[in-house]
Amino acid sequence: MVVFSSHENKEFLVEKILKSYSNIFDKANADRLSQIKRDKVKHAVVYVGMGTCGMIAGAGKTYAAIEKYLQDNQVDAEIVKVGCVGLCSVEPLIDVQLPGKARVSFHHATEDKVESLLNSVFHHLVVGETVLGQYQHAGHEDWPGIPGIDQLPFFAKQHRNILRNSGIISPYSIDDYIAFGGYKSLYKTVLNYTADKVCEIVDQSELRGRGGGGFPTGKKWALALGTGSDQKYLVCNADESDPGAFMNRAIIEGDPHRVVEGIAIAAYAIGANNAYIYVRSDYGQSLLILTSALNQAKEYGFVGENIFGSGFNLNIHIRQGAGAFVCGEETALIASLEGKRGIPQSKPPYPAEKGLFGHPTVVNNIETLANIPAILENGPSWFKSIGTRQSHGTKIFSIAGKAQQTGFIEIPMGITISEIVYAIAGGVKDNKKLKAVQFGGPSGVCIPVQDLDTSIGYESLQQIGSSIGLGGIIILDEETCMVNLSKYFLEFLQKESCGKCIPCREGTRRMLQILEEITRRPREESTHETLERFKGVMELENLAEVIRDTSLCGLGRNAPNPVLSSLKWFREEYEEHIFDRKCKAGVCHDLRTFYIDVENCNGCNVCQKKCPENAIIGAIKLPHFIVESKCTGCGICFDSCKFNAIYFK
Amino acid sequence: MTKENLETLLSKHPANKKDGLLPILQEIQTEHGFLTDELLAEVGRYINMPVNKVYGVAAFYDQFRFKPLGRFHIQLCRGTACHLHGSSTYLGELEKQLKVKAGGTSRDRRYSLELVNCMGACESSPVLRVNDTFYPHTTPEELTRIIRSLKEITV
Repeated sequence: MVVFSSHENKEFLVEKILKSYSNIFDKANADRLSQIKRDKVKHAVVYVGMGTCGMIAGAGKTYAAIEKYLQDNQVDAEIVKVGCVGLCSVEPLIDVQLPGKARVSFHHATEDKVESLLNSVFHHLVVGETVLGQYQHAGHEDWPGIPGIDQLPFFAKQHRNILRNSGIISPYSIDDYIAFGGYKSLYKTVLNYTADKVCEIVDQSELRGRGGGGFPTGKKWALALGTGSDQKYLVCNADESDPGAFMNRAIIEGDPHRVVEGIAIAAYAIGANNAYIYVRSDYGQSLLILTSALNQAKEYGFVGENIFGSGFNLNIHIRQGAGAFVCGEETALIASLEGKRGIPQSKPPYPAEKGLFGHPTVVNNIETLANIPAILENGPSWFKSIGTRQSHGTKIFSIAGKAQQTGFIEIPMGITISEIVYAIAGGVKDNKKLKAVQFGGPSGVCIPVQDLDTSIGYESLQQIGSSIGLGGIIILDEETCMVNLSKYFLEFLQKESCGKCIPCREGTRRMLQILEEITRRPREESTHETLERFKGVMELENLAEVIRDTSLCGLGRNAPNPVLSSLKWFREEYEEHIFDRKCKAGVCHDLRTFYIDVENCNGCNVCQKKCPENAIIGAIKLPHFIVESKCTGCGICFDSCKFNAIYFK
Repeated sequence: MTKENLETLLSKHPANKKDGLLPILQEIQTEHGFLTDELLAEVGRYINMPVNKVYGVAAFYDQFRFKPLGRFHIQLCRGTACHLHGSSTYLGELEKQLKVKAGGTSRDRRYSLELVNCMGACESSPVLRVNDTFYPHTTPEELTRIIRSLKEITV
């Protein structure tokens, strides 16, 4: 095999593969392409999943250990850094591909396991519990007795379109992306289609915004295209400030060039010469990868002046978000880009008519844009063939919380929620019972067990009072206290409210106070405080409705959702907190009632000394006792007992 | 941060352009660790914006700090998954043990505690980060151990 320099590879990929795909029928070209795609390798290749999830699980150390192993044993092998394949809960993941053999994947490959693992693979033995599966390929010999990755329950129901390359190719290499068919759509678009035609194709595909609103993308583009202006802007919203969701991070870290290509096509379609990517600042890794991808794209001439000789110019700027949840709203995001406080504006005028610096601006979610290259490559009818009649295409979800398998998935629309929970995520961790599924982040709703058969789609989820949201799924088990969870979400939303609309700013604060009051043990039960508490509880729903109806942006309008939905389905839990002062899950600390186990208590007297309320009585060396009426549930005795004699209900 | 440093940093951005405010503040914070009144005034002068407005923007965003970081910068994830796995009790424990408030720096500038909305690593919840080291799946026992080891290190 001939080894080519990176410059030669670039020329080959751009001229022979990207610009005219028919060259692939030439055997020499096909061979060379399969080399770049690593279908045919002459030495072993070790792939290490180095997304944020992998790094936190210790992929950095694994990488160093692999390097050391290869050096010590003088093995001629290549190490490739890849993004995450989606199975974040079993990171660090490494794959090994030997010449002629299928690529085989290992989970929980921590640094201490590297040596034994590589030893056995290089001796053509794949054994052990850490084998995940293999990537079956026509030209490769399968490993016996190892399941294909696609057959694993986590992957079997997925339809990977946007995440097709995620965890497979190197996000640091533009060559990889081109070899796997990238930038072809951009080439085709800028040379063959007018901007009108692109808008029309996207409109025909009926792609809807993946950021939560669900507005038809083609219509938005056409509106911006039709507005006359000397300057237009495209903004890619990757400010995923939803706690508990990480799909945007996954897209950037797995396949950044798909995002760049999507942005370039979208900018062409609306006639914009400047585009911004607004990335969340906490995602340091994503920023690095995106910056390197953008630089490569510039070097190859896919971004910049006169792209592919078409006369189309585009500058893409990366902007870091500054940690404000409300900047996920498009007008707030635009204000933030202008260097102002991220405060939403009333619509109309829509940003598509008057947005960034007063010019027509299209704000699209990163997932929406990542869909674009494939739609232009395969046509709108292909896109419409995936999913249901009303909601087309695929959607990426991140699964977190108490699931057996956490990570991110891409599923076709129309799959049911229970399929996601049980078939893909493997059910609830530790054989606990499922209580509910939280959908759509802090301002989303919880879906009770009886609604799990609802299919994923814009309309079907709306019917049960939910929305597709950004795509964060949190699985809640029986040990979750719904009141506490609502309190947590409100705390978050109250903190993140920008303060423009009074109902949102003050209303969320008041709602939070009410929830704090019902999760706190009042000192006395016969005072004004009690009256206020009950008054608050009675007004809770009313207040929620006012906030929903009178706020300007999505943050305020959806802020009461967690409370309203949990009140709807788990009212008895609220009542239990209010009337019985009990939190069955034991999560609300102030409502715990402590007891002393007479068997275990040896009367050491430590708890009695530490109790601030003098609620513990007992003689030394004899079991003690807690006076329930005096106990405030602070838990100091529980923490100080060395004999596990104190328990709570 | 010296005057020359600031000037070279500012010269990378066009003068009198207000949209450069956030990137400028972010770069200053990366270099200097936190924002001071003097720095904000200089930035305001450069982009031609009243300093009260500059402060108003900086105070709006969670990212900007007006106090120096501690020797040990502790970041606790308060995302939903981490909350479900009990990160709220960890917050109390950290505040009590290290005598530092969330979002603040301890008096001896040894510790600073920051609450992060989500680190995007929900599978490792609850996640704690001290300077550059991540602690995935932190258990209460591990937290005690981390706190103890932090206290033991002499700087």
